Amino acid sequence: MTELLRVEGLRKSYGDKVVLRDVDLTVEAHDVVCLIGSSGSGKSTLLRCVNLLEPVDDGTIWFEGREVTDPRVDARAVRRRMGMVFQAYNLFPHMTVLDNITLAPRRAHGMPRGEAEARARELLERFGLADKATTHPDRLSGGQQQRAAIVRALATGPELVLLDEVTSALDPELVGEVLDIIRDMAAAGTTLVLATHEMAFARDVATKVCFLDDGSILEQGPPGEIFTSPSHDRTRQFLRRVLST
Amino acid sequence: MSLRSAAIAGAATLLLLVVAVVGILASPGWETVRETFFSWEHAKGSFPAIADGFWLNVKLFLLAEPLILAVGVLVAVVRSTTAPALFPLRALAVFYTDLFRGLPTLLVVFLICFGVPALRLQGITNDLFWLALVALVLSYGAYVAEVFRAGIESIHPSQLASAESLGLSHATTMRFVVLPQAVRRVVPPLLNDFVSLQKDTALVASVALFDALFSARDYANYNFNYTPYLVAAAFFVALTIPMARFTDWVGRRVSRRERGGGR
Repeated sequence: MTELLRVEGLRKSYGDKVVLRDVDLTVEAHDVVCLIGSSGSGKSTLLRCVNLLEPVDDGTIWFEGREVTDPRVDARAVRRRMGMVFQAYNLFPHMTVLDNITLAPRRAHGMPRGEAEARARELLERFGLADKATTHPDRLSGGQQQRAAIVRALATGPELVLLDEVTSALDPELVGEVLDIIRDMAAAGTTLVLATHEMAFARDVATKVCFLDDGSILEQGPPGEIFTSPSHDRTRQFLRRVLST
Repeated sequence: MSLRSAAIAGAATLLLLVVAVVGILASPGWETVRETFFSWEHAKGSFPAIADGFWLNVKLFLLAEPLILAVGVLVAVVRSTTAPALFPLRALAVFYTDLFRGLPTLLVVFLICFGVPALRLQGITNDLFWLALVALVLSYGAYVAEVFRAGIESIHPSQLASAESLGLSHATTMRFVVLPQAVRRVVPPLLNDFVSLQKDTALVASVALFDALFSARDYANYNFNYTPYLVAAAFFVALTIPMARFTDWVGRRVSRRERGGGR
């Protein structure tokens, strides 16, 4: 196993409010890491810091063996090797699905249009959206939009895909179709870090589960361990609360 | 619309028209006004000169509109940059918009059309048409820049986050993600500014350029009859109304294509 991402002593605050404190996390290639914890525990902020969307206050992040928190590192070059999917899809509403997907390959990776479109259509086919290529995002269902957003994140062939509560904005009956394709991605060996409230899914798919509480990772381990015999009271309380509903 | 509501709407409109027409026709000065403003003869007589003059207005705004759009987008984009090295450009852009939004357009026309020739610069035209064009572009560019800036700032930060996370550069994000959405949003206020520009091309009459208004004034002064002003007014209205309808149509077509149903 090769180490793909390492976070050490990460600290982030907005003004007086500390959002992340001394977070340590290691992700190896083909890992599926699920971040769980209540809202406001810092899951999203951790993902945004890893994607360098937020400057960190302290601590270091290594990605593919390079320290990317170094200010001399070109953040864009790092982001080109990662994919990120957001809770609210964030598709570009003025572009067709196909243009949404080919924008980064063409404009950030310099891929010729024909090649980018061929790859995009392949991915759309794989994720059951082949007939939606020329549609604008607003005409799709939430589940279809989120699948398109995932295809967009995958189109550049990223080493690591970050998923930020990607099913939280969806109607319950649409959650399944999105989780299914994440499962497929995991099975295909894509390295994933996801913030999620889907405990059953985390238990099934994760290779590692991290429980965040008030900005720190209180405990982490294989799902069998975290879900059946958590060592912290806070974890037990959280799991009792989310699993009983 | 039901038959009943159509009948009520029709009756109300008719009533208003009758009141307005009777009000004007019954006014004590109507006879004089009819002679001095509604003379068919003078309308026909002034028509060719005003039509010629109006062509100058049309040329002015056909040339000014694309230039204003370019200035507006450029200034707005410069103002939205964040790089420290571009601070002088940003400061210049702020100074420009503050200055030219504060100056009456007529004053800008005077300053440019009389001031620039007085400088006696080599290689710079003294042709009033081009100087007036520059004045209009400077004045309206500042307004349009603010319209574009409002559009750019209305784009939700989540759009920027997702463009950033895809590894797009600032310039690429601006060009392919932010500007296209911003432009769609500001089309109605932009049209408003352009209708306003079409009218304000008549300001060049103040420096004796033979546009529709100056031609009308020329005829009116010579013949002691104001009908040419109404002819010129008809020319302007005939141009702005179809343009407004056309832009409405374009906007509706875009939103039909890009928006889902039920909104």
